[in-house]
Amino acid sequence: MPDTSPAGSAHGASIELIDLTKQYEGAAEPAVDKVSMSIPPGELVVFVGPSGCGKTTTMKMINRIIEPTSGQILIDGQDAMSLDPVELRRGIGYVIQQIGLFPHMTIGENVAVVPRLLGWDKKRTAARVDELLDIVSLDPSSFRDRYPRQLSGGQQQRVGVARALAADPPVMLMDEPFGATDPITRERLQNEFLRLQNEIRKTIIFVTHDFEEALKMGDRIAVLREQSHIAQFATPDQILADPADEYVSSFVGEGAALKRLGLVSVGTAPLQSWGEDASGLPSIPSDVTLREALGVLVGAGSDRVVVRGPDGPIGVLTMATVTSMLEGAGDGDC
Amino acid sequence: MGSFLEYLQKQYDDLLQLAWEHALVTIISVGIGAVIALTVGILVWNKPVSRAGAVAITGAILTIPSFALLGLLIPAFGLGWTPTVIALVLYSLLPITRNTVVGMREVDPAILEAGTGLGMSPWTVTMRVQLPLAWPVILTGIRVSAQLIIGIAAIAAYVLGPGLGEVIFSGLSRLGSANALNQAIAGTVGVIILALIFDAAFVLVRRLTTSRGLRA
Repeated sequence: MPDTSPAGSAHGASIELIDLTKQYEGAAEPAVDKVSMSIPPGELVVFVGPSGCGKTTTMKMINRIIEPTSGQILIDGQDAMSLDPVELRRGIGYVIQQIGLFPHMTIGENVAVVPRLLGWDKKRTAARVDELLDIVSLDPSSFRDRYPRQLSGGQQQRVGVARALAADPPVMLMDEPFGATDPITRERLQNEFLRLQNEIRKTIIFVTHDFEEALKMGDRIAVLREQSHIAQFATPDQILADPADEYVSSFVGEGAALKRLGLVSVGTAPLQSWGEDASGLPSIPSDVTLREALGVLVGAGSDRVVVRGPDGPIGVLTMATVTSMLEGAGDGDC
Repeated sequence: MGSFLEYLQKQYDDLLQLAWEHALVTIISVGIGAVIALTVGILVWNKPVSRAGAVAITGAILTIPSFALLGLLIPAFGLGWTPTVIALVLYSLLPITRNTVVGMREVDPAILEAGTGLGMSPWTVTMRVQLPLAWPVILTGIRVSAQLIIGIAAIAAYVLGPGLGEVIFSGLSRLGSANALNQAIAGTVGVIILALIFDAAFVLVRRLTTSRGLRA
């Protein structure tokens, strides 16, 4: 595992799965059947699929919580099976659905687990714990000495992420990490995590059954069917514009066009210049998506909308521009 | 009542000495029993067959009448402390074994998985996560065992063992003669008071050894 600096600037490791298989004794079919994929450093890949398709099993084989029956896992070129599993796991961040904070330890002690396992001294560990609590928006002086039972579900989930990030691993495995919260908290956690990932750029495998979450979080999405067979492994936009088959289409549903617009921010669209004649038009901030812009256009019955920057209007977005953004990727059965 | 208090005054030193022996034999026996039962519990908690076997065997031991067990130990171990401690250790095993197994099983598997996933060795997961979380239940088992042993220890007088049993037996066997009733009552009340003291001590131990994160 690459050495990491305290400032947390290490980037991700590449992950290569080669014919990864899990066969349980007595089962007729393998739970995971020859999964192969290549993930470059710093990419957030989402495994999405229905319950029972093996997505969590596949993820858990990477840190050998579940031992693979056959196949290879290469992390930065190193064969995961050749390493001592305990050592391997100390270099992989692990966030599970049920969170699993240690109730008998304080929040600070929970976050400090992996650094202490790695032999970091107390000063370095304490500094890192405070840094991480800050990163997940929990005030260190208030939360460090509290116990898990005193925290809300959303707060516990943040601690879980902080704990996984503690030793700055290049790889993270996250199994429905925001699942046990209400939709509002979940959205906030997703946004915060995306901002964080933008800075730290770890290689992350993120499992979810929620296709919307997959679209939002993933650099690439692996849509899985039973036995973790890969139906399509592509970027969100590619999947929406060009689903590989009916199975993938069933995830996309009818709203593919709108969803694709939801992936693009207004700031990246070409705008017409703002002039005096635009004064009666509705306006939107520049950091919303094209989908929200479309909503404003339709709601106001207008074909143009003013886009506001931090210092005032920066341009005008037209309906024609919005629809043209959809062309260029796939035939669009939108 | 008057004669009882008189009896107490005269025999105070002796009674205190016997009460101290009674407490000591309990602490020693439950201590040894706890070490054995905890070890067994940690080894078998997740192995269904062994687990059932351990609980069944320790439970079966408890059904042996104490008179009989103590009597059977005489040929090999003589009289006094040795057969007493052996018998009491055997009787102490079931509550602790069963509570250890139950306590270990009740720990949320997700928490254990989190520990494993973070890179704790199996030993570390057991000792630093699972045991501390199972501890309140295990301690209750030790407490129940102590209560049981304090009572059974009185029967050790049958093999001339230590403790207040001697006074109870002496009184009961000579009922009708002077001070016999006082003896029997004094011995019995002494055992009850000891039991209450031990229970209070366990409350203190629980407070001191249970993490603040676990108190409901």
